[in-house]
Amino acid sequence: MPTTSTPADRTHAARRSTSTDVALISCFAALIAVLGIVPPIAVGLPVPITLQTMGVMLAGLVLGARRGALSVLVLLALVAVGLPLLSGGRGGLGVFAGPSAGYLVGFVLGAYVTGWVSERLEGRIPPLAGYLTAAVVGGIGAVYLIGIPVLVWRTGADPLASLVFLPGDLVKASLAAVVAVGVRRALPDR
Amino acid sequence: MTGGTPHTVGAMPVGVRLALMLVAEVLLVLLVRSLPAAAVATGMVSAAYLVAGVRPAQAWRTLRVVLLFAVVVAGLQAIVLPVERALLIGIVMVLAVAIAALVTLTTSTTDLLDALERGLGPLRPVGVDPERVALTLALTMRTVPVIGGFGRRLREAGRARGARVGAITYAIGLVVLTLQHAERVGDALRARGVDD
Repeated sequence: MPTTSTPADRTHAARRSTSTDVALISCFAALIAVLGIVPPIAVGLPVPITLQTMGVMLAGLVLGARRGALSVLVLLALVAVGLPLLSGGRGGLGVFAGPSAGYLVGFVLGAYVTGWVSERLEGRIPPLAGYLTAAVVGGIGAVYLIGIPVLVWRTGADPLASLVFLPGDLVKASLAAVVAVGVRRALPDR
Repeated sequence: MTGGTPHTVGAMPVGVRLALMLVAEVLLVLLVRSLPAAAVATGMVSAAYLVAGVRPAQAWRTLRVVLLFAVVVAGLQAIVLPVERALLIGIVMVLAVAIAALVTLTTSTTDLLDALERGLGPLRPVGVDPERVALTLALTMRTVPVIGGFGRRLREAGRARGARVGAITYAIGLVVLTLQHAERVGDALRARGVDD
């Protein structure tokens, strides 16, 4: 149980319990899936750019480290048993044997680190700066830490080549921070 | 994802299928280091698909993304690496996905969920509660359409006002609606005694 206050605790602070955690983890896993389905942003690549990675960052920012990572893990478990919940309708065990499998594992660590950094910065620097730092360190740094070595191992590609996604991911980290601040404002203080 | 496959391997327990998959993946990485070895491996994986009764159209739907990606990667690598090496990278990439995807193609989601719950049993001593995990997974499956509905409603509400909903407004609305829904779900779970 996180000791610091996350945005999710604003609606749920009064009643922290197993039920609350299960509900938040499962609803947020569903949210990350939905962000991967709609609305895709067409950029003329065969890979649709969706807001799914932003969903992973938001899981850490809104739910905190532990629950955020668990919600990503729940999503991946459903993908593993065959549901097409990853962006572009991908699913099944095949994605865990593919060249981008490292990014999927990185999502779990990424949500955790995002939440951890965000919880540490809470109250010390302005929320937007804290959320942005957390999303960049966790949602990009920690995800790449596992994603890039696996991609390089499977494709023999130059590690620098995988940085083509960096600009897009920086945009998503900024979006995640702005959205987390918006959520914080929209929820009443208890 | 999984419906409609004639289950020639239906008699094989899910745990055995998963174990065979892992062994095949490890052997692929350890042994397939040359084009002749890759040809043998491709023959074996194709034979497994035939024996399992996977229809060609189904196999194509499942593997086309990795096939396309492998062609691009092998093509690019052929510029800087020997052609044999580049081809090998592409083939191993496709075979790795094909082996894992075969389990998904021949095993129902329900059977895999059951296997997952059983597989988590030994983790009970370190605090993993398989029943609670199963409950969370089942709950999430039912929640995806609900959250999807929230998303549609947000976009329609924007259109009704004659404005396209921007990504930020959309995402804020979706997260807030999700948290509010989670509060109701939490209450329902509590009423069913999940905390006890």
